[in-house]
Amino acid sequence: MDKRTTAAEVVAELRDGMTLGIGGWGSRRKPMALVREILRSPLRDLTIVSYGGPDVGLLCAAGKLSKLVYGFVSLDSIPLEPHFRAAREAGRIEAVELDEGMLQWGLYAAACRLPFLPTRAGLGSDVMAINPWLRSVRSPYEDGEELVAMPALELDAALVHMNRADARGNAQYLGPDLYFDDLFCMAAKRRFVSCEKIVPTEDFPKGGSLHTLRIHRSMVDGVIETPGGAHFTECPPDYPRDEGFQREYAAAAKDPESWAAFQLRYLSGDESDYQRAVRERRPAAGGRG
Amino acid sequence: MSAATRAEVCAVAVADAFRGDGEILASSFGTVPAIGARLAKLTFAPDLLMTDGIATLLANVPPVSGDAGGEAVAEGWLPFRSVFDLVWSGRRHVVMVASQLDRFGNHNFACIGPHAKPRAQLLGMRGAPGNTVNHPTSYWVPSHSRKVFVQAVDVVSGVGFDRARALGRGGRFHEIRRVVSNLGVFDFATPDRRMRLASVHPGVRVDDVVRETGFELALSGEVPETRTPTPEELRLVRERIDPERLRDREVPG
Repeated sequence: MDKRTTAAEVVAELRDGMTLGIGGWGSRRKPMALVREILRSPLRDLTIVSYGGPDVGLLCAAGKLSKLVYGFVSLDSIPLEPHFRAAREAGRIEAVELDEGMLQWGLYAAACRLPFLPTRAGLGSDVMAINPWLRSVRSPYEDGEELVAMPALELDAALVHMNRADARGNAQYLGPDLYFDDLFCMAAKRRFVSCEKIVPTEDFPKGGSLHTLRIHRSMVDGVIETPGGAHFTECPPDYPRDEGFQREYAAAAKDPESWAAFQLRYLSGDESDYQRAVRERRPAAGGRG
Repeated sequence: MSAATRAEVCAVAVADAFRGDGEILASSFGTVPAIGARLAKLTFAPDLLMTDGIATLLANVPPVSGDAGGEAVAEGWLPFRSVFDLVWSGRRHVVMVASQLDRFGNHNFACIGPHAKPRAQLLGMRGAPGNTVNHPTSYWVPSHSRKVFVQAVDVVSGVGFDRARALGRGGRFHEIRRVVSNLGVFDFATPDRRMRLASVHPGVRVDDVVRETGFELALSGEVPETRTPTPEELRLVRERIDPERLRDREVPG
């Protein structure tokens, strides 16, 4: 089956109020082209599950996100995501803040079609107080240990970005870490993989070993070729994080005028306009890119 | 060689936190903890495992500054999923930065103010809840003040001794090894596991520490001075681990 599609077609499938899982980690290999397509859509009231980075920041800034399930939101080289920070400090979003391992467990439970998975993570901390709906469970064995029952995080759709994919939905990561992208796909009803390049299946070994083929076609409903689709997050070995652009993005959070100017310059057109604006961007004086 | 700076004393105090840890992952956040962990591995704790901060376990010990890519010797692959596995197996000791700490070692770096609408959103819970109930944890405070050492933290991200005790069996892997600040070293070697001033850094008086701490510290007898680096430790820190003196930015001389 040929699963090639476009970002616009993917976003047209999404609905207000859906729960979306976004792969990657912090400012690393995020499906930013798909996020940018959401920004162009009328979608609203989304619940986002993410090891958060600028995906979360952009959706916060655009008012698309009403609820966030997360352990952190960071730009890595800039520890705090300023747009997320502004949304939190204004009380604009519902924050389901968890231990980052609990997030993995919730996705894994959903992937395994289990109602919950037990974990020690969260016990004794205020994760339990700020999420009063979380329940504990007692081991039925002799130890009788009390554990957190991390509920399944079921997703309506998952969005992840990979280095390579074929037209049938097999996908390949070539960087150092898959993060939890396979679990995001397995926890979701609809699964969309954007990639730097669609290649013939037989070309996968040219990119990397068998071990890099961790997302296969039974986990994927749609494949979108989006060169530069993770920009400005890193997508090694295809490209590093665009630190100069990230600094510009973060600085634009300081007041509404700066943000309006950033939006006008980078986010007012389609993806090709975005990529052109990035290419034409003059490197900041003294800085790399 | 000139006398040790405060930052160097702090780095050695962090290194000593890893003493006896054996073949576990040493994770550190902040410059001084990164120096301390490296120093421990290069001297009395050679079996420690360490990563490049991404996904590679390094056999060697590159400096804290710059791109270590050229000289890194990989001995293993440790993506985030494997880090979580290590957390839950207990084979890890983490040094985290604390935005707030209370007398029982309850820790916060998630946010300041009420969680529903914080005055300042900080890092979030990250891995602190899971870390603290699964493996040894130490804390680093580069600027000791009553804003950090508080009566009650705004949100508990890392679990303290009182809460761990209340967990019963669930708290059996909890251990806060020590807290290192720019003024002294603190442990919980007291009957009710309250924070104790274990040592003051050279040039710091006990009164200085008490004045800058927002709760009553346990004091047992004469408080010793934190040990100073050996000549070999100083040489390693200055020439091999941190030749660019990043430590001075975190703890000014």
